[in-house]
Amino acid sequence: MASRPVSIIAALTVAGLVTGPVTAVILRAEAFSGFRPADWQALRFTLVQATLSAGLSVLFAIPVARALARRSFPGRGLLAALLGAPFILPVIVAVLGLLAVFGQSGLLNRLLAPLGLPDLQIYGLQGVLLAHVFFNLPLATRLILQGWLAIPAEHFRLAATLGMGRRAMWRSIEYPMLRRIVPGAFAVIFVICLSSFAVALTLGGGPRATTLELAIYQSMRFDFDLARAAALGLLQLGLALTAGLIALRMTQVPVASRGLDRRVPRWDRTNPGAVCTDVLWIGLAALFLLTPLAMVTLNGLAGITTLGASVWQAAGHSILVALGSTALCLLWALPLATRWGEWLGLAGIALSPLVLGIGLFLIVRPFANPFDLALYVTATVNAFVSLPFVLRILRPEAEAIRADYTRLRAALGLSGWAWLRWVFLPRLKRPLGFAAGLTAALSMGDLGVIALFADPDNATLPLKVYQLMGAYRMDQAAGGALLLLMLSLGLFWAFDRGGRVGSRT
Amino acid sequence: MALELDQIEARSGSFRLRANLTVTEGERVAIVGASGSGKSTLLDVIAGFLSITSGALRWAGRDISTVPPGQRPVSILFQDTNLFPHLTVGQNLALALNPATGRMRAEDAGRIDASLDRVGLAGFASRRLSEMSGGQQSRAALARVLLQGRPVLLLDEPFAALGPALKIEMLDLVAEVAAAEGLTVLLVSHDPQDARRFASKTIVVENGEVAPPQETGPLLDNPPPGLRAYLGGE
Repeated sequence: MASRPVSIIAALTVAGLVTGPVTAVILRAEAFSGFRPADWQALRFTLVQATLSAGLSVLFAIPVARALARRSFPGRGLLAALLGAPFILPVIVAVLGLLAVFGQSGLLNRLLAPLGLPDLQIYGLQGVLLAHVFFNLPLATRLILQGWLAIPAEHFRLAATLGMGRRAMWRSIEYPMLRRIVPGAFAVIFVICLSSFAVALTLGGGPRATTLELAIYQSMRFDFDLARAAALGLLQLGLALTAGLIALRMTQVPVASRGLDRRVPRWDRTNPGAVCTDVLWIGLAALFLLTPLAMVTLNGLAGITTLGASVWQAAGHSILVALGSTALCLLWALPLATRWGEWLGLAGIALSPLVLGIGLFLIVRPFANPFDLALYVTATVNAFVSLPFVLRILRPEAEAIRADYTRLRAALGLSGWAWLRWVFLPRLKRPLGFAAGLTAALSMGDLGVIALFADPDNATLPLKVYQLMGAYRMDQAAGGALLLLMLSLGLFWAFDRGGRVGSRT
Repeated sequence: MALELDQIEARSGSFRLRANLTVTEGERVAIVGASGSGKSTLLDVIAGFLSITSGALRWAGRDISTVPPGQRPVSILFQDTNLFPHLTVGQNLALALNPATGRMRAEDAGRIDASLDRVGLAGFASRRLSEMSGGQQSRAALARVLLQGRPVLLLDEPFAALGPALKIEMLDLVAEVAAAEGLTVLLVSHDPQDARRFASKTIVVENGEVAPPQETGPLLDNPPPGLRAYLGGE
């Protein structure tokens, strides 16, 4: 723990980063004349797609989680671990993978064409849903799997003793658990999808598939109507805040969930019907999650050698942004790894990056050209967005260190510096490495606020890939996406590994 | 010189501790009493982890009631966590010698080696705590309080996790070192045999009331009713 003034400074900068931009947005929105029908349509689409995305993710997650909970097979641990991967997977990479499978000239259409079936169209609501389920099915599966694994083994033993059939089992054990877990999982995913920007940008668009976040972006980039962007930002803020508070009451997001490699001991596993269902669901889920990634890798291998200098320059920008936001996020997180600090950090979930970006744009504009500061703004916003996750990772360990060693610290009379240097940081190394890896990977893959500000000179790699896509240079886009994937995973791996090496207790 | 607890009162939640006594310099005193009677609270007051609500705590006539724990003329060995397990013994001892920066200064190395030699751990400076046995960890902790060089040593059942033979060995080592350094030692223990072996005087704590030190032998041979009930008709 740092000394009190440091905590207060950290808290004030975070609070300032919330209130400053929000105030700027509110002031600017006053000049606004009124929403157009298109804006209401964006609100409606935002709600509809979030509801459907959350509903579908949870619906499919239930059988997948049940199958994972009661089966053991080679690769099960890997699959369970993979369920955490979408968290650090850049959206643009996933989108390219989904396009390669479900797109106009994708895998599925090539399989369907000889059968004389009509082409699948990915752009629009269905594409947005597809991508949201791709990202959130794993999250929902993890949440529900945790619920399954939390059922005491005695319940299943009792069920076996009583000779319960499948229906009785469902009624007395499984359904009550799902009733407890599913609403929370739905709420979390709903909130995440409310603020969907990159997916809507790449797979949605047009009057019929525009989210509020995308509408904010369009008012900025195309119309340069700052008042409208600010008003939409306020609408988005109110929506996310309301939904976020409701979700917060219902559930806890597991960032680093342990123990998912256990299996529930059940005595009804050998039923052939159950075996078939489980194999089917696990197979489908694995296929759905892994094929797009395999396609990105395959397509990218050809393209990665043809990348131009501007792509490599963008990659350099992205690495700098990722490292900068990691440093900033940890500087905030270390003094704020307390109970009230975690509450403050939650603002990072409620406040959408685009609203924050608009606010910072409005604040900076009188003094400097915001487009010159695009990379700094992006790094700051990314650090802020990662803060709640990082705090959730660090806080339990930080509090344990304080609880265990406060008396020894006092007995020795350690200075704040000696405590930090010799005790707090060394003992926090492992979660610190994990948190840093997560922040770096999230920031590396971010395609949000940078899209608002960017000009060609200071694009990041995700933006560059998006621009290549827009220019139909798909080979290069695929190459860039593979590079981005490797850099994101590489940064995560390097930080996480750095935290593990030599951390003995 | 003496450690004076002058009409001290301290509160921890609804628990109230009262003490009015003097421990003379260089004396080894045992503190006995049932669990919850206030033995550890008494040590917390002397070490500075619990502030007193009235009275005064004095060492050598100086009021130290409000001095922070790290600056009192007092060192303490806890039941556990006496050293940082992720650091080597040498780093731990350097931290005790130089709590401002924790860095090993040139002149510290010799002192650290000497204190380790003193507790029978010569050559252990580069070992991590996790690579050492319970007995060795206790010895390293003792080396730490030796280096701190404070005149009063508080022991809060630090050897309770060791086996009986090892515990006796450690108590004898503490007694020997304390005699050589002229330390005033207060030992909290559950075991009356510890008191007989280690301490010439014994303090009985009962329901938050701390009695002045009495001769250990006669006290344990002929205990007052409360202590008799605790000792279980010994």
